[in-house]
Amino acid sequence: MESLTIATAGERLRDGSLKAVDLLAGVLKTAADTEAQIHAYLNIDRAGAGEAAERADNELAAGVDRGPLHGIPVALKDNMMTRGLETTASSQILAGYVPPYDATVVSRLREGGAVIVGKTNLDEFAMGSSTENSAYGPTYNPWDINRIPGGSSGGSAAAVAAGSALVGLGSDTGGSIRQPASLTGVVGMKPTYGTVSRYGLIAFASSLDQIGPLSRTVEDSALTLETIWGHDPLDATSYRGDYPDLFSGIGDGVDGLKVGVVKELAGEGYEPEVHEHVSSMVERLRSSGAEVVEVSLPTFDIALSAYYLIAPAECSANLARFDGIRYGLRVEGETAEEMMSRTRASGFGPEVIRRILLGTYALSAGYYDAFYGQAQRVRSAIRDDFARAYQQVDVLVSPTSPTVAFEAGERTADPLSMYLSDICTIPCNLSGDPAISVPIGLDSRRLPIGFQVMAPALGEPMLYRVASAVETLAGFDARPTIEMVAT
Amino acid sequence: MPVEIDIAHVARLARLGLSDSELEHYRGQLAVILEHAARVQELEGDPEVDVTHPLGIVNAFRPDEVRPSLDRDEVLDQAPDAKDGYFVVPPAMEL
Repeated sequence: MESLTIATAGERLRDGSLKAVDLLAGVLKTAADTEAQIHAYLNIDRAGAGEAAERADNELAAGVDRGPLHGIPVALKDNMMTRGLETTASSQILAGYVPPYDATVVSRLREGGAVIVGKTNLDEFAMGSSTENSAYGPTYNPWDINRIPGGSSGGSAAAVAAGSALVGLGSDTGGSIRQPASLTGVVGMKPTYGTVSRYGLIAFASSLDQIGPLSRTVEDSALTLETIWGHDPLDATSYRGDYPDLFSGIGDGVDGLKVGVVKELAGEGYEPEVHEHVSSMVERLRSSGAEVVEVSLPTFDIALSAYYLIAPAECSANLARFDGIRYGLRVEGETAEEMMSRTRASGFGPEVIRRILLGTYALSAGYYDAFYGQAQRVRSAIRDDFARAYQQVDVLVSPTSPTVAFEAGERTADPLSMYLSDICTIPCNLSGDPAISVPIGLDSRRLPIGFQVMAPALGEPMLYRVASAVETLAGFDARPTIEMVAT
Repeated sequence: MPVEIDIAHVARLARLGLSDSELEHYRGQLAVILEHAARVQELEGDPEVDVTHPLGIVNAFRPDEVRPSLDRDEVLDQAPDAKDGYFVVPPAMEL
């Protein structure tokens, strides 16, 4: 069970040696054994998952094949709408909210016969890098339960790492899929902006948000992305052109490819062991036939600053909808404004309030051009830097995170130190390009290290080609042993 | 660059009813974050701002066809207060 992937489980579901209900039972058993320690899930939907698994078994037995995720247990980050199943984005303001519709990714999973195990924990409204900003308590890292799993998709990452799901969906606004994937030893992928529908994803920063998979293998990542991506008329930013074949390069290796190592994503603040593992992987890519060059993207130095103006600005507008009127919490007041102000101050947690204030400030009269306007100029310059780099190289590589998983509570008092966790992942959100984190090893404390590969927009086939080569070269097959705590 | 923040004004714009001590707490944190964020002013040159869709999508129009929307009762079920098919809100202006 623990070594199963979507690909291997899929074969066994089709040759009859494994039933979807037994696969689900195994995943639920793992959840029962580990949830008290790691708290990956906010809500496990036993009834719904059981029905979906039974249906998958019946269909597969009758020769109805809905594709690679048919019968596969999937964990969903709790900022994606599930009709009839509570969806909170880990916020008090949405406690008890039951969506009247499914997100498009959820509809696609259901049409693909996937078994939705439940809703996973996140930093409230996906704002954070440790899954400690959840109104329902933090998630802990399966590799060391005193440490965080990264964030904001920490619940989905921890579930996949622990084996309480075969694959998970997360959302990535500044690194929220890739950074937790790196910190929990799984594969995390952010697709090109516009290729996966955001309909039914609770919006954080709409020009940056993108849904993607967290999985055990690169192949599983591609199998999942193939199921969820594609044009959706319900999302006005959805890409309408041709979608490339995700598998066209997998297995081709890196011989003859040009790999750029990002000069700016190294040095001070990067743990020596992270640097050593990443450098060693770069050397292995070179000996496998890749031409490796160092590439400088000077604007990366100020990408984080631009991000922490643009993302809060967009969040301050998006979260205006939580006003105590149409859904969620209401704290009564004499006037509409008093009701709204009380509701919002009471329903949002501190990080969300901080970002709304930050964004409101950055957009307010007198500061708009110096902050938000200038951040948009930086964003354009970052895109120019990427465009120049991709004239020289096929992919760019870097660490996914400057550090391994940090201890719970270590950065909660200092928001800026938490924001620095995303320094390697943010540029691809600002550019809209795809990027992936692949686990390449463990440090001396047995904590996972991730390797980031970046490619130009719609370069997913090249991204998966290189990621697959990295995966093979790393041979990472370690699994966490979750320390059971006496209760 | 030290940053001036009229935090009470910002909180009012954002409809966040915070206490004086909460306002002071957030003001201090915002000052630190904004000092870091002000590094956007280090950008050299003045690039043309092009932050439209990375894949060049400009407008997306759907056909003007009638189709079912969400079920009204199911939607209103999630509202804190609803009556006769409407959301109920406190007065928004003085009468």
